[in-house]
Amino acid sequence: MTTFVNRLKRRLVVIAGLLTLAYLLLPVVVVAVFSFNKPKGRFNYEWQEFSTDAWKDPCGVSGLCGSLSLSLQIALWATLGATVLGTMIAFALVRYRFRARGVVNSLVFLPMAMPEVVMAASLLTLFLNMGVRLGFWTILIAHVMFCLSFVVVAVKARVMSMDPRLEQAAQDLYAGPVQTFLRVTLPIAAPGIAAGALLAFALSFDDFIITNFTSGSTVTFPMFVWGSAQRGTPVQINVVGTAMFVVAVLLVLVSMAVGNRRKRQKG
Amino acid sequence: MATVTQSPPPQPPPLMLARRAKPPRRLGRWTPYLLLLPGLLWLFVFFALPVIYQASTSVQTGSLEDGYEVTWHFATYWDALSAYWPQFVRSVLYAASATVLCLALGYPLAYLIAFRAGRWRNLIMILVIAPFFASFLIRTLAWKTILADSGPVVEILNTLHVLDVTSWLGWTAGDRVLATPLAVVCGLTYNFLPFMILPLYTSLERIDPRLHEAANDLYARPSTTFRRVTLPLSMPGVVSGTLLTFIPATGDYINADLLGSTDTRMIGNVIQTQFLRVLDYPTAAALSFILMAAILFAVTFYIRKSGTEDLL
Repeated sequence: MTTFVNRLKRRLVVIAGLLTLAYLLLPVVVVAVFSFNKPKGRFNYEWQEFSTDAWKDPCGVSGLCGSLSLSLQIALWATLGATVLGTMIAFALVRYRFRARGVVNSLVFLPMAMPEVVMAASLLTLFLNMGVRLGFWTILIAHVMFCLSFVVVAVKARVMSMDPRLEQAAQDLYAGPVQTFLRVTLPIAAPGIAAGALLAFALSFDDFIITNFTSGSTVTFPMFVWGSAQRGTPVQINVVGTAMFVVAVLLVLVSMAVGNRRKRQKG
Repeated sequence: MATVTQSPPPQPPPLMLARRAKPPRRLGRWTPYLLLLPGLLWLFVFFALPVIYQASTSVQTGSLEDGYEVTWHFATYWDALSAYWPQFVRSVLYAASATVLCLALGYPLAYLIAFRAGRWRNLIMILVIAPFFASFLIRTLAWKTILADSGPVVEILNTLHVLDVTSWLGWTAGDRVLATPLAVVCGLTYNFLPFMILPLYTSLERIDPRLHEAANDLYARPSTTFRRVTLPLSMPGVVSGTLLTFIPATGDYINADLLGSTDTRMIGNVIQTQFLRVLDYPTAAALSFILMAAILFAVTFYIRKSGTEDLL
């Protein structure tokens, strides 16, 4: 008995950790299971019977696939904008000493330290005051704004851990500034930039609060889900959620496999 | 006969040294500013300027039809605060409970990934991050199914008489979990848990495992090792994790809307309704300004107290 208790004690962290993991994954499992449901009525909250109808016809609900493609477009453009602007800021902050660094640092940090609803509300005040029409462009502007800081943090972390002697070595070998940047600096910083871009994409694609304030009558995918939660949720929403989860896991697994193979080839 | 040997003329320093003394690239002194300009301009126009605009909106009076004018009407702040202080208090309470729960749930998992997972480490890491990509609104809606009345969770809690206790505490109402504070806190905890786990993992992973061995060699019991070595060294992760959880949770209105009822409205719900439905811009601006000020104040205080200012 005591050995059992001792064993249990030693395993306590593992058990607690796995329980948390289950807590994190439970909703995903529920979403996946209910994507095979055939609901009675408008709401898909109760299990009725098994059916693959929704998987056969994911675009069967009007507006769903349109909102999905709009969200993808916005996320792609927002990622591009935030990654370019954020990488430039990150390089300037790590590589140069200049007077306004403190101010710049806090201007970059503040958007992350502020509840989204505050940013969203103030941005809406600006747009209303300027008489801008809300829609695609206002959403894009807002998304670039709040993704920017996250890119800066991701790229900064990578560039900071980079050995500056590598660039000096390139210059000693008579590489010009452009060549040094393209062949040495950029490849080393690439994982940080990629991480920042991925984060920006995920944040933009999934953002609801800021989009809610800046979209006017434009409907992105999260806005569509929000609206359907009030009117009645089609099963197709669960299909999209499950598919996104599966694609994310597959993408990560593939990128890891590729990384491992490269490592093995080098080693 | 001391012949003074002439010291050799000072040689020019070797090329390598001269290079090393200089910054890596010799570009103009304006380079950093040129790099910063576009991004900072964006942040200034679409982040800083709006906050200033909002400040001015909060002291305006007027109506939607006749237009608003700055009249330095500071009473809006007082009116907003006296009308909506319960929602403010509730937001802080819910967010604080969710943060504590996230820490309690997230620490073991972060610890597991950092020290015990072995070859499963990458897989568990993927399983923590991947739900991020399945729209969080959909996942929050899934909690409606999980916590549904007469669903398995509610039934188990009922047979264990847990709901009696939580009802008595005011966390749940009768036989229901949905539309109660418990459901909202559960949703908040769920949604912000990854923001706690990732910084915790980062700081735990940096700890040198030899420190644990050393503590063990010095006859520290596992609990002592944890208390005296692991926990103090993971404090930066705890601090940034709690901030990353608490700040967004305070302003959130999605969980309170989807899983709660009118009795669980948080300040985010009020700001959203005032801005998008009631269209009372001065009150909404004042509320969001109070929230911003309160959070900035609390965060500054917390960071000072926990002594990790280099965190930012």
